[in-house]
Amino acid sequence: MSGVEAARRGLVARIDPAGHPLPLSEAAPGSAGRTGFWRTHRPVLEPARCVGCYLCWLYCPEDVIEMAEGAGPRGQAVPVIDYEYCKGCGVCVDVCPTRALKLVEEPIGEG
Amino acid sequence: MEPGGFLEALQRAVELRFHGRGGQGAVTAATLLVRAAMIEGKWGQSIPSFGAERRGAHVLAFARIAGRPVPVHSMVRRPHVVVVLDPSLVYVESERAKVVRGIRPGGVIVANVPKPPRLEAGARLYTVNATRIAEELGLVVAGWPVVNTAMLGALAKATGVVSIDSVVEAILGYWRGRVAELNAEAARRAYRETREAIVERVAAR
Amino acid sequence: MPARMGLRGNEAVAYAVKLARVEVVAAYPITPQTIVVEKIDELISKGEMDAEMIHVESEHSALAAAYGAAVGGVRAFTATASHGLAYMYEMLWWTAASRIPLVMAIITRAIGPPWNIHVEHADIMSTRDTGWLISMAENNQEALDLTIIMFRVTEDPRVYLPGIVGLDGFILSHTVEPVEIPDQEAVDAFLPPRRQPYTIEPGDPKAMGNLVPDEYFEELRMDMHRSMLEARRVIMEAGREYGKLTGRDYSGLVECYRCGDADTLIVGMGSWMGDAKVAVDMLREKGLRAGALRLRWVRPFPWEELREAGLGKRLVVVLDRSISFGHAGPLFLEVSSALEARPSMVGVPAGIGGVDISYEDIARIVEEAYGMVEERGRVFIPVYWYHLGRFYRLSPGAAPPEAVARAAPGAGGGGG
Ligand code: SF4
Ligand code: SF4
Repeated sequence: MSGVEAARRGLVARIDPAGHPLPLSEAAPGSAGRTGFWRTHRPVLEPARCVGCYLCWLYCPEDVIEMAEGAGPRGQAVPVIDYEYCKGCGVCVDVCPTRALKLVEEPIGEG
Repeated sequence: MEPGGFLEALQRAVELRFHGRGGQGAVTAATLLVRAAMIEGKWGQSIPSFGAERRGAHVLAFARIAGRPVPVHSMVRRPHVVVVLDPSLVYVESERAKVVRGIRPGGVIVANVPKPPRLEAGARLYTVNATRIAEELGLVVAGWPVVNTAMLGALAKATGVVSIDSVVEAILGYWRGRVAELNAEAARRAYRETREAIVERVAAR
Repeated sequence: MPARMGLRGNEAVAYAVKLARVEVVAAYPITPQTIVVEKIDELISKGEMDAEMIHVESEHSALAAAYGAAVGGVRAFTATASHGLAYMYEMLWWTAASRIPLVMAIITRAIGPPWNIHVEHADIMSTRDTGWLISMAENNQEALDLTIIMFRVTEDPRVYLPGIVGLDGFILSHTVEPVEIPDQEAVDAFLPPRRQPYTIEPGDPKAMGNLVPDEYFEELRMDMHRSMLEARRVIMEAGREYGKLTGRDYSGLVECYRCGDADTLIVGMGSWMGDAKVAVDMLREKGLRAGALRLRWVRPFPWEELREAGLGKRLVVVLDRSISFGHAGPLFLEVSSALEARPSMVGVPAGIGGVDISYEDIARIVEEAYGMVEERGRVFIPVYWYHLGRFYRLSPGAAPPEAVARAAPGAGGGGG
């Protein structure tokens, strides 16, 4: 992809009215576009095991976890994952102290 | 080096491209391949391509194997062999386009897939279910099956660019103890289970 | 028996540091240099290497600590890249002008913004005027060999200046290829015990960096220049002796491939010069008499070698992996100063920020330049930028360049 193409897609650079490419990118959701399709495995929550500790929220490198206050079965906060952008890295699963999050293989099919 | 020797050395080299997702060990696979080649007295080179080198991103690694040194360091643009570590890279159309790009006529694709996929023809396809092999052997790190060593076994079977014995020796020299044994077993099992797939010819879209 | 291993360029450098019996390493991690320091740490922790690793908080401190150790009388080493080198820049001057031998690896990388961790020579070329010797490896074997040779050259009393070994970020630093590791005995025979002009130690105080008369300052500077010129002979001697011990001769400050009967020379440095050799073979098959001249050393500058190589040539194409904004590629500027015979010259900046350049691209570049000479006779084009398969003439003094962003191609051309 040429720089100009990248600029047109709003990913990497911007071009100012005088014609200079600039080292700027537009604020946009997703640090690298729709990272959801990178996923081979999906983190899935078992709400009963969650203790609402926020660790997954804190560690998610893509910042795609929102905590829903009071939404858990015992009134605890539970994570809600945006699967559009969750890249399936499993960091949240790794840090969860109660194994409330598990990695489940994504179904694969013809694209 | 006699004049003209460098081009000839390159022309005789086998050029490979590995596709995986960040964290799956495509770069390690390419490195182990070079070590296996060196065990056989060959020259080898593995080049990682670092783009969005993050866990989960589509990452590439390149390798060249030859009888004598090839001085180039640029990326492989027209591979003889493509190794695919992750099934989704074959099934998702946008990713598949990257997998087949530039492959030489008569080249070989070695893919980790549960069932033979639809692929634009022009290359021979070999498949193995490396994910299942890794899971059955318990080769899973942080929820991710480790498929790279199995795929080296598959590569040895499909192409013979290195022998399975050299692959196993390279693996045993890279890790120690039980991890080494399991990875070597993954390579051996994949070697046995790799099959040439009958490619259903579909027109390139 | 020397061992052969499949090593990344960074690991090759680490093994060289071990073989040179370096006693103090101080470094701060930066991509793509990190593996050098990690590997040295690993060698120390396994007991294979007897050295002190100082983990510092910045690159300025990294060189300051290594320099301090070197002034104290031990062999010292550091490594960096890009922004890290920019941050330690002041210390480069302190080290060189103190006449303290020290070796540093620069794993060449672009300097931001925007962010880019890939290869470019802007960082290493910014050290040209600091009084450090500068060499540049083509492959991982050379990265190892040049590091060992650099210790010997920098510690030679005729030189007493620090030295840089450059290797291309990722392209060499992270690429695995066979590397022959010399025996410790061979390296010990090659590298005499450390020599340096003075040490500063407790009990024998000296002051450094005090105010001196301007005339004396000027003499100090010009003596650095004299020593740098002298270094050429020292490099040739050391390189020849290294060849006797290892079978790999480094007596040349440049390496020539099919230069002798060539009428067209490709000149450059670093890893892509391997691709240039294949390009030479390709061009020869098409009847174009090409040769490749690679600068293994940038400081001291191989002026005599270039002047001689340029004699009788019709065209010299200089490949640059960075640009001196408003003028031309730094290597073009250096090389053109040595070509007294005034052949046609075309300077081609390319591959900046890690854009992949292959033997096919280089052959294409030479054919394009050769075509211009065939058409117009002698040409002198300092900047003929090659980008994604197209050329842009951006020389000083040329017609006002079009806004490049608008002229740049869309899809198509070479790889992205
Ligand atoms: S797997 Fe977990 S940590 Fe990783 S991106 Fe998805 S939600 Fe975030
Ligand atoms: S880390 Fe686990 S327990 Fe803590 S909030 Fe997240 S899911 Fe719940």
